[in-house]
Amino acid sequence: MTAIQARRRKGPASAANRIWDAGPLTKAVLAFALVLSAFPIYYMFIMATRTNDEALDTPPPLLPGGHLGENVERLLATEDAYFATGLINSIIIATTVTVSVVIISTLAGFAFAKLRFRGSKILLGSILLTMMVPLQQMGIVPLYEMMVNLGWTGQIQAVILPFLVNGFGVFMMTQYTTQAVPDELVEAARVDGASTMRIYANVILPAVRPGMAVLALLTFMQNWNEFMWPSIVLNPENPVVQTSIAALNQAHGTDYVMLFTGTAASVLPLVIVFVAFGRQIVGGLMEGAVKA
Amino acid sequence: MTLNVDTPAPARREGPRRSSGHRGSGRGGSGLARFDLRATPYFLVSPYFLLFAVFGLFPLGYTAWVSLHDWELAGDKTFLGLDNYVELIADGSFWNAVLNTVGIFIISTIPQLVMALMLANALNKRIRGRLFFRLGILLPLVTSVVAVAVVFTQLYGRDYGMINWFLGLFGVEAIEWQNQSWSAWIAISTMIDWRWTGYNAIILLAAMQTIPKDLYEAASLDGASPRRQFWQITVPMLRPTLIFVVFVSTIGGLTLYAEPVMFEGNPTMAGGATNQYQTVAMFIVKEAFRDFDMGYASAAAWLLFALILIGILINYSFTRRIGGKK
Repeated sequence: MTAIQARRRKGPASAANRIWDAGPLTKAVLAFALVLSAFPIYYMFIMATRTNDEALDTPPPLLPGGHLGENVERLLATEDAYFATGLINSIIIATTVTVSVVIISTLAGFAFAKLRFRGSKILLGSILLTMMVPLQQMGIVPLYEMMVNLGWTGQIQAVILPFLVNGFGVFMMTQYTTQAVPDELVEAARVDGASTMRIYANVILPAVRPGMAVLALLTFMQNWNEFMWPSIVLNPENPVVQTSIAALNQAHGTDYVMLFTGTAASVLPLVIVFVAFGRQIVGGLMEGAVKA
Repeated sequence: MTLNVDTPAPARREGPRRSSGHRGSGRGGSGLARFDLRATPYFLVSPYFLLFAVFGLFPLGYTAWVSLHDWELAGDKTFLGLDNYVELIADGSFWNAVLNTVGIFIISTIPQLVMALMLANALNKRIRGRLFFRLGILLPLVTSVVAVAVVFTQLYGRDYGMINWFLGLFGVEAIEWQNQSWSAWIAISTMIDWRWTGYNAIILLAAMQTIPKDLYEAASLDGASPRRQFWQITVPMLRPTLIFVVFVSTIGGLTLYAEPVMFEGNPTMAGGATNQYQTVAMFIVKEAFRDFDMGYASAAAWLLFALILIGILINYSFTRRIGGKK
């Protein structure tokens, strides 16, 4: 939108406006950044299609080979990595956590953005404060003891429960709801006698759906990529995808191409989602950003 | 979107107007409606706070309690007072972990912020395929730390790694990246920077786009060079966002864990033969789950929190001064 506005402007300002055109240097910087960003991911997928001999060539191979199938077979046949179990566990965990975080955050975000109640500022402020606390590290001993007492170590609910709430989610949905729903709409629904929950269902939910989608994607990514807590509370026989790769790395680190096949498989779902919903993700991130 | 913590909900008319609106709602008169207005907000925020109390607040407080004990999971729990903290402050290996963490944080964050600023500035220009470029630099965000570490550890391999091969073209001898502090710190920092620079650039870009273009036009007419405009207009206007980015980087950087663990390739948490890249988070996990000294680990966790608060304060006062000449 800003670009269009700028382009429309004529007259004396147009000379000054030219500084907004990307020069050759800018284009070169961006192209370089693009290559740097994409290369390691590209490399991951290339290595997954090669043999170990080829992987050790100098210079290393830069084009795909034809050995993906056998690498995948060997990966799935490597019993001590439990890769398939890890994939399934990660899908279950990330999905459950995402649903919970999105629902809880949308409800709380509605209350903080559009309802007036005693203590709301303090409560919202306390959420912001706790975002500063490294809960993972701070809570690691008590959480572990809690899971031992519940008999849940080694089971995936031990990884699900601590992540069911997320201060960032509430913060983001509060920001989003504030922007996306005009106060007049809520007011009008009140005048028509709608209860708070009805307003939530009929006015808020339809309006904040894009924000929910972005939060869902970010939450899914974050939990799919979680490493520290699962590596402590789960055991090697029942891993998540990340700890499974760590196990592969440790026990079969010399089998580069198999390791890279697992890594590529763990990244692939997110890359697909990212490409499919890229526009929304970028938009959501930019809307949720703290601005001047 | 601004960081409006105290969202001032525009005056919502109370009382008579609202009760007049309940005609024919058929949901049981104004008593219920008033209860709805008063209580429902708490009901809406309660799931968050209930779960947070159990999985956030309780562990936090309990860690403090554990840190005052010689605490074994299934064994004795002897009250020690502040002994764990006293011991920790005299523990060279703890300070080594602090040094590594802070060192990696500094050599990763400063170049990262500079690069993110440059990238955001470049993305803020008119260019074809804007979305494509934005998506491209954000792509690293979707890869997991574990995947990043696997790829980079291979790229940093001594004999077959691409980075040594590349440096070799310029006559640099093969480096054993894991062996020295400086090289391990650099290797780990590049993993962090690769993953986060694009994200920070997008956040900074979002803020850049809210800066009124008139400011630049006026400056151009006054003959200010683009470089000067960048430092005199863009950077000062970005200050709130920079504070936020530095804040998030500080927390992330000081709790660094997955990159060095994967770089090492085994779960001993040693961080190299001479602990040259053991971070505080690794130190905590090692004390708690390798040496089973939960009390000591909990004390270290609280000192880590103190470290983060100090880091945030330093960075805040530093960032606040950027372009702060009023």
